[in-house]
Amino acid sequence: MLNTEPNIPAPDDFYQDLIELHRDLTDEQSALINAKLILLLANHIGDSAVLRDAMRAAREDMTRLPRGEGQG
Amino acid sequence: MKTYTSPVYPYVRPAELSGGATRHWPVIVAGAGPVGLTAAIDLAQRGIDVLVLDDDNTVSVGSRAICWSKRALEILDRLGCGERIVQKGVKWNVGRVFFRDEQVFDFNLSPDAGHRRPAFINLQQYWVEQLLVERVGELSQAELRWRNKVVGVAPQADRIVVRVSTPDGDYAVQADWLIVADGARSPIRGMLGLESEGEVFHDRFLIADIYMTSDFPPERWFWFDPPFHRNQSALLHRQADHVWRVDFQLGWDADPEEEKKPERILPRLKAMLGDKVEFEIEWASVYTFQCRRMLSFRHGRALFAGDAAHLVSPFGARGANSGIQDIDNLAWKLELVLEDLAPQTLLDSYDVERAFAADENILATTRSTEFITPKGKASRTFRDAVLMLAKRHPFARRLVNSGRLSVPAILRDSPLNTADAAGAAFGGAMAPGTPAADAPVTGPRGDWLLAYLEDGFTLLAFGAEVPADAVASLARDAIPVTVVQVGGPPTAGARRIEDREGMLATRYDARAGTCYLFRPDQHVCARWRAFDLARLRAALALATGQIAIVQKAAA
Repeated sequence: MLNTEPNIPAPDDFYQDLIELHRDLTDEQSALINAKLILLLANHIGDSAVLRDAMRAAREDMTRLPRGEGQG
Repeated sequence: MKTYTSPVYPYVRPAELSGGATRHWPVIVAGAGPVGLTAAIDLAQRGIDVLVLDDDNTVSVGSRAICWSKRALEILDRLGCGERIVQKGVKWNVGRVFFRDEQVFDFNLSPDAGHRRPAFINLQQYWVEQLLVERVGELSQAELRWRNKVVGVAPQADRIVVRVSTPDGDYAVQADWLIVADGARSPIRGMLGLESEGEVFHDRFLIADIYMTSDFPPERWFWFDPPFHRNQSALLHRQADHVWRVDFQLGWDADPEEEKKPERILPRLKAMLGDKVEFEIEWASVYTFQCRRMLSFRHGRALFAGDAAHLVSPFGARGANSGIQDIDNLAWKLELVLEDLAPQTLLDSYDVERAFAADENILATTRSTEFITPKGKASRTFRDAVLMLAKRHPFARRLVNSGRLSVPAILRDSPLNTADAAGAAFGGAMAPGTPAADAPVTGPRGDWLLAYLEDGFTLLAFGAEVPADAVASLARDAIPVTVVQVGGPPTAGARRIEDREGMLATRYDARAGTCYLFRPDQHVCARWRAFDLARLRAALALATGQIAIVQKAAA
C-alpha cells in the first residue's frame, strides 16, 4: 500500500536538494537524472504493489496540468 | 562462401506423375527448414509414414538462426541427431554488454553442473539443416521431396488434399494431417485465408557473417552506443568454422540497398574489429524485425508450426528454438490421434500450449526490442539511465535487456496437467507443465536422466515403489507407461537407474515413494508422493485428452 502521509524528514531540506540536483543541467541531463533517481528508488522500495500504486498516483490528474503561462 | 558449400539435393520425378491413384499419407509436412525436418524425424521415429515437401533443393541460405538452446538440443538428442550438431557447433556461456566504451556487465549462462547439454551452442542454420537432412535419410518412413512446391491446399472433412507443382508438372497428394512449416511468409497460411497479426519494429539491422581467424573468445558481445557505431547497437558472436555473426543496428531511415554494399560494410567492420584484424564477408543483408502470431495454430487438419505460426525478433534466440519445441509438443499427440488412442481434440491442446509459449516469446522479444530500439524520448531516457547505472549498481544490470535468452515455457496452466494433491507439498521447480530437468545418473542407457525419458509416457519412481504386476500392467496398456525406478531393489519389468550424485532427488524434491509422470515430450504432467495405479491412469487419460478438465478436481 503506497504511503502518501507525510514521511519525509525535514521536507523543505529534501525539496531544496531535489531542485539543486538539477542546477546547471540541460533538459536532457535533467531527464536522465530523474530517470536514474526513479530506478534507484524503485529498486530500494522493491514492492511491486507499492510501485504500481505510485505509478497510478503519478498518472492521476494529468489533464489539470497548466497548459501555458498564466494558467497556473 | 569460403567455409561452406550448399548441398544440392536431387529432384526426383514423383511417382504420381507417371499415373496411378492419389496417394494417402498419414502426415504431410510442408517445408524442410529446421522445423519441418524436426517433424519428419519425430514422426518417422514414431513409426509414422511422413512426406516432406520443399520448393527448393538446398538448405537455408545466408545468416539466420545461430543459437540452439539447451531444450532444443535435448529434443534433438531424443531425435538421434543432438550429438552431431553439438560436435559441429561452438559452445558458449559468457556474454558481455558494453555501453559506450566500457563493459557494464557480464553474464554466465552455464547451468549448474549436472546437465548433459550446455545452455547454448552456436551453429549456422544451414549446418543444422544439413545434419537434420542426414538424419531424415536414416529413417525409412520419411520421404523428402525437393523442388516439390505446394500450390494449393483443400481441406475436407476426413482428409486434406495438397496440390504440388514440380519441374515435371503438377500432382495431388492427400493426408490425414498437414504440418505447415513453410516459414514467415507461409504461402499455405495465405492459401487458407488465415492471418498472422502483430507489429513491425521500426528499425533496420545489418546482419553479416564474416570469416575471421582471430582470438576473440566465443562470447556473445553486445554493445550499446559504442564509439565505433554511435547511438546504435552492435553484436558479435562466434559460429562454427571461424565464421562470426555481426549485427549493426542502422535505424529506420537507413537505405537497405546501400547498406548491403561492401563499401558500406567494410568500414563498419574495421571500426568494430580494429585495423589489424583480417576478415572476409561471407554474407550480408539488411533486415527488419516483427512479432506476429496466428490466432490459432490449428486450422482443422492443418497444424501450423515455427515461423509460419509465430514470428519474433531474433534477440533472445526464440525463433527456431520455439519451432523445434512446437514439434516436440505436436508429434506425440499426432501419433496417438493417428492410432485412434486419443481424440482429435487432443490436437487443440497443441494450440493452447504452444500459443501460450508463443505469447511468452513474443512478450520477451518485444521487451528486448524496446530496450535495444526504444520508441520515443522517455523510453530512450530510461534505457540510457539503466545503462549508466549498470556499471556501479547490480540491480540495474538485471534491467539491461539485449535479449532474454530462450528458455522453454512452463506450461503451468495446461489442460493436460494434473494438479498436485493438497498436502503433497512439492518444493523445487518441477511442477506439472515443466520440461524435465536433466541430472547425472547411472544406468543401462547411459549417464543422463533424459535418455530414459523416451518417446512414450514414463513414470519415474523413487525407490521400488511400483509393484511388478503394476509395471507389467502399465506396459500392456493401450497407451503404455514405462516405469523407471531410481534406486531400491530391482523390480521385474522396470528400468533401474541410480541417482549417482543425489542431484536427481534434489531437483525433483523427491523422497522414497515420489513418482513423476512424464509425457512423451519429457514434460511433467503429474506427480505424487506415493504410487497409485488408478490416479496414474486418470492422469494419463487427462494428458491424452480422454477426459474433460472438469474431472481434474477429483484427483
